[in-house]
Amino acid sequence: MNINTTKIISLLFFIFSALYLYTAYNIQVFSFDENSPFNAKTFPIYLGYAGMFFSGLKIILPEANTIKVDHKSLEYKKTAILVLIAIIYGFTILRVGYFLTTSLFLASSYYALGERRWLWIFLLSFPFVALFMYLLHGVLEIYLRDPFLKLIGVMG
Amino acid sequence: MIEGILIGLKTALTFQNIFMVMIGCFFGTIIGMLPGLGPMTAIALMIPITYGFDPATGLILMAGVYYGAVFGGSTSSILLNAPGVPGTVATSFDGYPMAQQGKAGKALAIAAWSSFAGGTLATIYLLFLAPSLSKVSLSFRSPDYFALMILGLTAIAAFSSKGQFIKAMMMVVLGLMLASVGQDSLSDITRFTFNNMNLTDGISFVLVVMATFAMSEALTIILKRNDPSAVAKQVSLTELGSIKINKEERTQMLKAIPRNSVIGFLIGVLPGAGATIASFLAYGMERNFVSDEEKEKFGKGSVHGLTAPETANNAACSGAFVPLLTLGIPGSGTTAVMLGALLGFGIQPGPRLYITNPEIFWSVIMSMYIGMVILLILNLPLIPYIARILAVPKNYLIPLILFFSITGIYVMSFNNFDIYLMIGIAVVATFMRLYDFPMPPLILAFVLGGLMEENLRRSLLISDGSWDFLWNRPLTASIISVTILIVSWQVYKTLKNRKI
Repeated sequence: MNINTTKIISLLFFIFSALYLYTAYNIQVFSFDENSPFNAKTFPIYLGYAGMFFSGLKIILPEANTIKVDHKSLEYKKTAILVLIAIIYGFTILRVGYFLTTSLFLASSYYALGERRWLWIFLLSFPFVALFMYLLHGVLEIYLRDPFLKLIGVMG
Repeated sequence: MIEGILIGLKTALTFQNIFMVMIGCFFGTIIGMLPGLGPMTAIALMIPITYGFDPATGLILMAGVYYGAVFGGSTSSILLNAPGVPGTVATSFDGYPMAQQGKAGKALAIAAWSSFAGGTLATIYLLFLAPSLSKVSLSFRSPDYFALMILGLTAIAAFSSKGQFIKAMMMVVLGLMLASVGQDSLSDITRFTFNNMNLTDGISFVLVVMATFAMSEALTIILKRNDPSAVAKQVSLTELGSIKINKEERTQMLKAIPRNSVIGFLIGVLPGAGATIASFLAYGMERNFVSDEEKEKFGKGSVHGLTAPETANNAACSGAFVPLLTLGIPGSGTTAVMLGALLGFGIQPGPRLYITNPEIFWSVIMSMYIGMVILLILNLPLIPYIARILAVPKNYLIPLILFFSITGIYVMSFNNFDIYLMIGIAVVATFMRLYDFPMPPLILAFVLGGLMEENLRRSLLISDGSWDFLWNRPLTASIISVTILIVSWQVYKTLKNRKI
């Protein structure tokens, strides 16, 4: 039997559904609710079975049209770099503050995608974020925590 | 009723109220366009401002923001494939491919006219049918709602799956599973949180939609940068195209608008259903109304496919006001926010609103129509400028999409766990997209998950654990029959394809 990626994804989904079902059965409900027609674990249990049913069908039924992806033409490296930059951004945003991390996130993302015009990189990061931050913080009154701006005395 | 209309017109046509509708529409469009900031956020932000006005003016301002944000949401769906609200997800099915073909201006013009027509027709229906429609919506019980949600999910799986019905159903189940994370609504028991406090309140809708649409779309574009077909898409994206709608397209729109305004309005009236189900159902049903040749164009930039959800979601917005104004039951998340605002004004919506505050009831209805006209006047000439977002090179556009997505999540929760979760979901979604696992069924299932569980809970408790509630009521049985028909049709199609 030829195993393609769709079947592997379906198999992973089957395992995920089985784990979900196992966790659903282990949800602790109140003792008076245990034999009720519906409690906190009823719906998740149905979902677990439904997930196993549909992924099981996908595994056992033959594929009419197999999807082939040309992995050689895919830009895994740049995508991974972008994801990594986003993770670092998520890690630093609360510690350093919105302005500096967001500006650096944008500047490094432009650079990672191949942009080398420094003026544009600068204009579309630091001043752009400052303007956006003013809109959020100053106009819409959405509080944005920023230890860095606080440190340099820009934000109260 | 004539007296009511006159009262409404008198209130709505004051300079202050027209100005408020204009302001509301303008800011609503801007906020609605930003992925992550939908009508709910826009209206919530307006609540403190509206308390400075009298109740009618405050509600008129919020209605303007609502319509503007729905239109703005459609704009980001079409241009960026990043629907900020579930009601505009179906718009992206054909709106985005149209933009990719260099017809972004045309797609936005079709959306603007469809929204206008859908909203206007629905306002007329609302005017004449509000009293009797409230009785219809009252007759819906939990089993009917549960059946309707099953129908909505099956329909979206059937119609968005490009022949991959089982894959779409897997995504439906995944969406429902994601929705089940967090506290159970009745018992407050936490489920699937693994003792992580960040998951206690569940996963936010904006996070899931940003991850599976905006972020995953951005990553897919980068991933497929060297793919010849993807390069073609990138080139065409920079072409804005004309906003003129030709005669053939106009004819197609004229056919689709009336029927979808009715579907949208009726679904909008049902408490809890709202613009999302309306747009998905309209999209699915429109596909059944058109010829086989036209059916093939669905998902690839069909005029019918764009007109139907746009008409229906705006019609549903008007419909959602029926249960809000006459019963005090919100028809959608957005009208739920408006209900909170009404209560803040000291107004208790319900059947007596007609009698106690007729100027509020009728002025909101009349200002809806005025809002539609203003929205069209404001947005149609601005379309070429709005569409210029597409002219931004990919090196800038992709980081900006990621930035709006992450900021949208950050300002909602102010914790980095949500950012990591969004990146994780986006990476999985990007990989699944490569193998044609459709995302819209996941989104709809995620939105409906809580409501579906709630209605199943009530139905099973009433029937003492028996599933016969599915066929005890004629209305429930009819909806279930339609669902079975859709599934049977999918099974038949699959078997037929395999024989060939």
